[in-house]
Amino acid sequence: MIFQHDIVIVGTGLAGLRAAVECVGQADVAVVSKVFPTRSHSGAAQGGITASLGNEEEDHWEWHLFDTVKGSDYLSDQDAVEMMVKDAPRVIYELEHMGVPFSRTKEGKIAQRNFGGHTRDYGKKPVKRACYAADRTGRVVLDTLYDQCLRQQVKFYSENYVLSLVSDGKRYGGVITYDLATGELHLLQAKAILLATGGCGRIYKTTSNGFASTGDGLHLAYQSGIPLEDMEFIQFHPTGLYPLGILVSEAARGEGGFLRNRLGERFMERYAPTAKDLAARDVVSRAILTEIREGKGISGKDYVHLDLTHLGEEKILERLWEITSFVRIYLGIDPLYDPIPVQPTCHYVMGGIPTDLDGSVLMDEKGTVARGLFAAGECACVSVHGANRLGCNSLLDLLVFGRRSGLTMKKAIRQYEHGPLSNVPLKMVEERIKKLFNSKGKEKVDEIRRRMQFIMMEMGSVFRNEEGLKKGIEEIRSLKEHYKNIGVIDQRRVFNFELMEAMELAHQLGLSEAILSSALQRRESRGAHYREDFPGRADRYFLKHTLVFETQKGPEVRYKPVRITRFQPEARVY
Amino acid sequence: MLVRLKIFRFDPEKNKEPDYQNYEIDADPMDRLLDCLNRIRWEQDPTLSFRMSCGHGVCGSDGMRINGVCGLACQKLVKSFKEEVLIEPLPVFKVVKDLIVDLGPFFEKYNSIKPYLITKTSLPDQERNQSPAEHKIFEEAIRCILCACCTASCPVNQNKETESYVGPAALVRAFRYFFDSRDEASEERVTLLDQKDGAWGCQTQWKCTEVCPKEIPVTKQIGQIKKRIYNTKHPKE
Repeated sequence: MIFQHDIVIVGTGLAGLRAAVECVGQADVAVVSKVFPTRSHSGAAQGGITASLGNEEEDHWEWHLFDTVKGSDYLSDQDAVEMMVKDAPRVIYELEHMGVPFSRTKEGKIAQRNFGGHTRDYGKKPVKRACYAADRTGRVVLDTLYDQCLRQQVKFYSENYVLSLVSDGKRYGGVITYDLATGELHLLQAKAILLATGGCGRIYKTTSNGFASTGDGLHLAYQSGIPLEDMEFIQFHPTGLYPLGILVSEAARGEGGFLRNRLGERFMERYAPTAKDLAARDVVSRAILTEIREGKGISGKDYVHLDLTHLGEEKILERLWEITSFVRIYLGIDPLYDPIPVQPTCHYVMGGIPTDLDGSVLMDEKGTVARGLFAAGECACVSVHGANRLGCNSLLDLLVFGRRSGLTMKKAIRQYEHGPLSNVPLKMVEERIKKLFNSKGKEKVDEIRRRMQFIMMEMGSVFRNEEGLKKGIEEIRSLKEHYKNIGVIDQRRVFNFELMEAMELAHQLGLSEAILSSALQRRESRGAHYREDFPGRADRYFLKHTLVFETQKGPEVRYKPVRITRFQPEARVY
Repeated sequence: MLVRLKIFRFDPEKNKEPDYQNYEIDADPMDRLLDCLNRIRWEQDPTLSFRMSCGHGVCGSDGMRINGVCGLACQKLVKSFKEEVLIEPLPVFKVVKDLIVDLGPFFEKYNSIKPYLITKTSLPDQERNQSPAEHKIFEEAIRCILCACCTASCPVNQNKETESYVGPAALVRAFRYFFDSRDEASEERVTLLDQKDGAWGCQTQWKCTEVCPKEIPVTKQIGQIKKRIYNTKHPKE
């Protein structure tokens, strides 16, 4: 069927819902999601949202700015970061006013906790900056925003999977969705489209990301001629629950937990003498894997211990209830008495669809705006996280830039009329599905995906080198060839997850190639991108953003400058 | 270890009677039941349909009836099952396909209790104060992930004659706002909940509390709603 709306938002995580709340009532807005809204992956965020409220101790936005820039290994655009950290207190008060049930201080103010890389006085010592609701912050913000959407009667297309962006070459004008519950295809025509589709962690074997985090929005943009920025920067969270990769919040260390190796040593003291366990995530993940490589993993295996046993029952159950429950359920041990086995897990993509500060998508290194297309949240790259994101800056990013995109779209739609209606895009997608159904190919989604996840883990995770990256690119290209012979056995239309996963896999393979190609060209180590063959940061050559374009010959890498306003690059020591 | 699963199947496109299908899978004792379902889908039978998303009990997608008890497939480990595992869709709701049910009515009821903070006084520039004690009153309720296991297990919701009962999940969310010190719609909420199909629909059978994957004391919270309605209507002299 064909539907018309002023604004179509794709994705119902925090960025998408915040944008929807901004637009509803003032524009005809519809929100599309491949899962039911409250199942979105923002709900898995645990630790908190940063803002220099100073509720627990002195804090200033200038310190937050410095920490974020240093955390990004000087690759973030400092004007964007400044805007975000200045806006942060407003964001928190707004959430509180909407009803978010933040944990509280004795005085009844919003409680704040320590988080990695967040410091007082430009790196002197940790500062309590993360506002939280126990260890379920993402979930309660997601619930609150969803409730706000219900209150304001936002139109949802739940369980609708976006298959294609519609563009006439001059302007984006809609999306095609596969309605899982009915099996139908829909064309949602719009004057403005916001991609808020989240990350792509499922490309990797070990990840904290949900099954839906397959990077669809990122790749849809890439396929339609938009470059992807800084895709080589993939964050591995230091503490994934071993062996599942489920997130164990940094809040565990923020509340005083620490890491130990096989010998019982608090090894972070050696890697980050000042911040110790609260160093930035890239630093801690490399430290853990270095310990493991040196044979100091627990029982010689590939994990270390996260020790909370000294924190006491009251603190653990009050502030870390969810992770305690995960450990009890999945490992059958109790974090009150036993250390938790952890290993780095793919968590977040710093890169994404390049946007300006107002959510407009940028098509090239000159900053040409893609008309009608906007992006916010993890799938976007403003860039506020540069080469490494600090914990709790992600929810902040989603809310600041989700709202700003909403504001921009409300204005933008006044300039546009809907384009002429056409059945052609629907027919093209229908053909693609028919082709998949009719394929006699014997290749299976699961086998190709497993191979891809293995390759990305081996060649494209925390430690990288030229040989591995080249081999990885070759293997991903070979998997893309195999993919051409993929067969879909289930030919029915209603809730056909085999079909959906086949579509997802095409996106994942394309993104894998973009990630590895971007990583191969960056011959330096910066933030989450560590090259064993180029272990130092090379500002002279690589203090610039990568832009990777899809071309007939494969990914083409170009660059654009970083915007530096207040802080010149320095050695990054924690 | 070898896991035997007997899974409810229903295909709306064939529109035949539902059926059960047996599967066997070699799994690690520490695997989640969800892992088994996924492997069946990926390796044996791609037509099997069920919802899932986060895989660790946060998103609430994979509620189903496991050996007769509602729970999340991602929270059950293979090692806890000795015999064949019977997997069926959540009761109470209409089956759409295999283990997928129509949660439309569930969210309609949820929406009916006004699941948002209602305030009347003007907002301060900063946060409103709320003491840790005031926060603690509804702290357990904010664990709810809307998986619908409680409502599906409720004998009142299961009974056709009383199925219009708003159900435990909606009441947990009602409790969360009713008992939030910042909310200023007490009277409105009393009217909304003081109904045969509202809080009084609960017959205190504790099934909701037994199955809640997030250990929320659901029945107790519904009891507190009832008590507050009663106290509001019968003020002490």
